[in-house]
Amino acid sequence: MSTGELRVLRAGVLTTVQDLGRPGLAHLGVPRSGALDAPAAALANRLVGNRPDAAVLEVTLGGLEVVTSVGRWVAVTGAPAPLHVGGTARGLARATWLAPGERLRLGAPPAGVRSYLAVGGGVAAPPVLGSRSTDVLAGVGPPPVRDGAVLPLGAPSGPPAALDTPRPPVPGPLRLLPGPRADWFAADALERLRDTSYVVLPASNRVGLRLDGPPLPRVRHEELPSEGMVLGAVQVPPDGRPVVFLADHPPTGGYPVVGVVAREDLWQCAQLRPGDRVRFAISPAG
Amino acid sequence: MRIREVGEHAFLVEVDDAGSALALAAWARTTGVEATDVVPGAGTVLFDGVAADLAERLAGWPGPSEAAPGGLVELPVTWDGEDLDWVARRWGTDPDGAVDRLCGIELVSAFCGFAPGFAYLTGLPAELAVPRLETPRAQVPAGSVALADAWCGVYPSASPGGWRLLGRTDAPLWDVDREEPALLAPGTRVRFARG
Repeated sequence: MSTGELRVLRAGVLTTVQDLGRPGLAHLGVPRSGALDAPAAALANRLVGNRPDAAVLEVTLGGLEVVTSVGRWVAVTGAPAPLHVGGTARGLARATWLAPGERLRLGAPPAGVRSYLAVGGGVAAPPVLGSRSTDVLAGVGPPPVRDGAVLPLGAPSGPPAALDTPRPPVPGPLRLLPGPRADWFAADALERLRDTSYVVLPASNRVGLRLDGPPLPRVRHEELPSEGMVLGAVQVPPDGRPVVFLADHPPTGGYPVVGVVAREDLWQCAQLRPGDRVRFAISPAG
Repeated sequence: MRIREVGEHAFLVEVDDAGSALALAAWARTTGVEATDVVPGAGTVLFDGVAADLAERLAGWPGPSEAAPGGLVELPVTWDGEDLDWVARRWGTDPDGAVDRLCGIELVSAFCGFAPGFAYLTGLPAELAVPRLETPRAQVPAGSVALADAWCGVYPSASPGGWRLLGRTDAPLWDVDREEPALLAPGTRVRFARG
């Protein structure tokens, strides 16, 4: 089947190309990157019959408008941005046919932050170091999508999925596994984390979810020699306010990590808005 | 060696120093220890995306003495950095003397971080350590050769930075189209020269 292109009429606040990212290069200082709400991006790909590694568009707070040069199945998941295709309202999280020249428009989602648009065949922007993901920290990968951008599409790899795809996960407290540097904090730090309702700060982005709340006091005050950081690490800088590291996090860091958010809960960090409240649950409990 | 759990999928292994971390990371790669990422740090190695038997595998590490030396890169540098005079005074010499001193040391890339291809070079004697700037510069030019504590680094791209600037090099430090994108990947030996 012939490949085509996706023309971006309006890109909104921030739209990036994302796939599974480029893990395995942290030792060279390259962030892993990839879709922030990974289950939503995976669902969108399944719905249109794409392989799991196909690239999608990650749309921040809606405002995207695109047309394609060829007919393709499309699906929108993640933050529930109102979807219009050719002026007609369409449902989310299901495959919808987008005819050539027909306009697809995503409005502002009433909740959540990031919506995912999958197109049959995937967005075929040139890969960099094995991935098409835009990394906003280090600038690896394609630049953020701008108004007027023309993105190549790959050849469709399969038919759209049936409607009964797995249910999206349900939100809840972020399960936190203590360590590796929980011993740098006061003995009651984990209880404080568990008992605090943190407020999401506006400086949150693809690098990290920044939280406001009573500072977590440290008992060790020396500098931590730089060490490797993982996805979901809850790093505590000198101001005592936790930052949950997301896909574009720096691969090494010099502030202690009090715990790590369970991988299955990280999608929530992609959908929390500034001002939203979030809690941690210490796992295993007790 | 102490192994700390990092979430469900990773372990942080504490070793004596950056040299040991580099040696352990190199050993893990060459002996096929299963991990998505093996990330040496200043005194640790992070194994991310690992099999559960990591501790057993690491018990086979013969120790830091087994590290095979990496390739040598010579970097020609124009020594006109804004902090060269300051560093020279701190070292009790003049700019020429400081450059001679630095060019006489073989450094080793211990780990990368901060930015793609930004290598933390170790080998500077402790008495030459310098504090970081109290207020980082908003913009440090690409190719800047700089010091902080006993680390030496070369900025692969322009960025904010708090290290003391000694000079600059035109060497291509980072190129995503090269098979090895980082010129100074961990383990690489480095010598500065007058360029």
